Amino acid sequence: MDAFLLQILNGLDKGSAYALIALGLTLIFGTLGVVNFAHGALFMIGAFCAVTLSRILGASYEVIDPTKTDFLGNPAKVQMPYVNDWFGPVAGPALQDWAVPLAILFSIPVMLLVGWIMERGLIKHFYKRPHADQILVTFGLAITLQEIIRNFYGANPIQTPAPEAFTGSVDFGVWLGFAENAIIYPEWRLVYFVFAGIVIAGVFAFLQFTTFGMVVRAGMADRETVGLLGINIDKKFTIMFGIAAAVAGLAGVMYAPINSPNYHMGMDFLVLSFVVVVVGGMGSLPGAVLAGFLLGILESFFSNSSFKGWIIENLYLDGTFLASFIQGIDQIIIYLVAIVILLTRPRGLMGRKGVMED
Amino acid sequence: MFGLSSKHDRTILIVATLFMLLAPVIFNLFPENSALAFFNGGYPDLMQRFAIFAILATGFNILFGLTGYLSFGHAAFLGVGSYSAVWMFKLLGYNVLPAILLSIVVAGLFSVVIGYISLRRSGIYFSILTLAFAEMSYRLAYSVLTPLTNGETGLQVYNSDPQVLAGANSPTSPHLFGIEMSSAFDINLGPWQFTFPVGYYLCAILMLISFYIAIRIFRSPFGLMLRAIKSNQTRMTYTGLNPKPYTLAAFVISGMYAGLAGGLLASMDPLTGAERMQWTASGEVVIMTVLGGAGTLLGPILGAGVIKYLENVFSKMNETLLETWFAFLPDSLQHAVVWVLSKFTGEGWHLTLGLIFMVVIIFLPGGLVEGGQRIGKRFSRRKSSGNDDDNAAASEPAE
Repeated sequence: MDAFLLQILNGLDKGSAYALIALGLTLIFGTLGVVNFAHGALFMIGAFCAVTLSRILGASYEVIDPTKTDFLGNPAKVQMPYVNDWFGPVAGPALQDWAVPLAILFSIPVMLLVGWIMERGLIKHFYKRPHADQILVTFGLAITLQEIIRNFYGANPIQTPAPEAFTGSVDFGVWLGFAENAIIYPEWRLVYFVFAGIVIAGVFAFLQFTTFGMVVRAGMADRETVGLLGINIDKKFTIMFGIAAAVAGLAGVMYAPINSPNYHMGMDFLVLSFVVVVVGGMGSLPGAVLAGFLLGILESFFSNSSFKGWIIENLYLDGTFLASFIQGIDQIIIYLVAIVILLTRPRGLMGRKGVMED
Repeated sequence: MFGLSSKHDRTILIVATLFMLLAPVIFNLFPENSALAFFNGGYPDLMQRFAIFAILATGFNILFGLTGYLSFGHAAFLGVGSYSAVWMFKLLGYNVLPAILLSIVVAGLFSVVIGYISLRRSGIYFSILTLAFAEMSYRLAYSVLTPLTNGETGLQVYNSDPQVLAGANSPTSPHLFGIEMSSAFDINLGPWQFTFPVGYYLCAILMLISFYIAIRIFRSPFGLMLRAIKSNQTRMTYTGLNPKPYTLAAFVISGMYAGLAGGLLASMDPLTGAERMQWTASGEVVIMTVLGGAGTLLGPILGAGVIKYLENVFSKMNETLLETWFAFLPDSLQHAVVWVLSKFTGEGWHLTLGLIFMVVIIFLPGGLVEGGQRIGKRFSRRKSSGNDDDNAAASEPAE
């Protein structure tokens, strides 16, 4: 039972990332009807917001520290971060330590702006063009954004640690009454999961309980009628695009300590999150979230060797080709599930009728 | 003679043939030691890639250009073709003929399976299904199928391999009945140096054959059916036609083209790895086809050539070279110009590619061919006596 729970927990952090990205993709798709291949790039830009902020906070100048000497006996030069000067020796290092959570505040306006520019500057002109053109232009945009980031930050992954307070692990099992050390779980992943839950709940609450959200939902259902009622639905949808970009960016910011940001992380997540969207049902927000978590957990189960061993043993496959196939299945399980679902349940888990079925 | 329906097509084919046969001369336009020799592209390796990717893009165009089904998984067929070709080298010997034949057949069979399943859906779902299949093949090649693909090391030929057909004195690199692919003969004409590589000519001849087949498909009733699928599938079903066999046939044909390209890639350099199947590689094919002009005959070839050539030139440019180029500028200005340009060249070539691609999609949905036609039209209007057959030399788009 505890091993079972541990696999579920292991799947949650990746599942949260899938769910957040898929949520943004579905928001864009549901409102504007655009298939956004650049969404992975937005996730990556979010992660690099965290990198940027930690670099800004870490910016330093050299001072000569008379109390220390280097190996030649001269006074040593020490790097003095500017924040230490401005905020004092206590608050300064604390600010640097908390760079990633602070980047949430930093990234929201950045991502809203990026999303707004993307929508107004490029995607607006593609509403009337065929879906293939939308895919292609956003694919080109994704390459461009990714290469810009590589130009400025280099090709290597950049370590962005979580705050000191969250680098340890918690004994999760004890909370639930299991034996000690049964379920050890890294704290930051727990934080990531809670954070993802808050963001998802926030987006749903925003759509459900505000007038703005109501109008947007009405526009998703019937854009033309809402327009006829004298509401500038385009403007509202642009804002929704910004929000979707911000959701992807937030997912990226908080993911930075889990997986050191590199320039192609967006592309890596993009394919998977498309699969997630399709499994959840194109245009269905709860479907995207559900599928994200489900696929994350599924992947974690199939990357566990004792679980795979259990399958092989119980299906009497030992020694056959299928046994070695199942050993390597964690790499492809998501795609396999996606293909099966696409063919047997064409609308995904929770999809509505008539979405993109031309 | 070739059964080409119009004079137009014959012109295109003749021009393409001349171009491909004389490519070693055309690409090496500048004398060897001149300053502009940098822009030469007449290396065997580059020209081979140009011909091979032209085949790949032509095949992709039969699917995407005619039927409108956007596949994001074509690299899988390329990879399968390469793997089967290398297996032929390992088992039978270095003759390229069985390798290329097997790569076409295997890729064809593979595309029947994938196509049969993927074509049950259309639009974005089809793209995602092909994407999922390609990613699956890529990952399987790395993990489960390691005995077949040699995993991350990549598949290559070892001395211990059987090579049952190889005689005692047959060449130890890919060859066609004794003519080695890597051999070439050089002609020196004063300062000019032209290389005529054997491997390139094999690729070029196969490219011309596949181009000819593509023309025939474009002009056939079958091609007309494929266009009907793109323009209005519903209406097509109402007239009592089942679009399924046609799309599947187009998918398999384009898969075989990709297999041929993969087999040729392996024939030029007998090793292959799984990264050929990654979905970004499929994206590159899409970019080539769309950049040149999807649905046109010459577009994909033009796109493959332009991208491979620019890739070569841009990747070679480094900061030192740029500095010598802009040495005539005042110092500070020189640094600024070099700094900006260095972001787009060398390592940054993909940035340039992304930007070019976006600009083409935004302003020229018909690709470079459409651009050429627009310019041609403007000229002919100005002359007012323009000869319509000549200027639009390329070809009309599918729709």
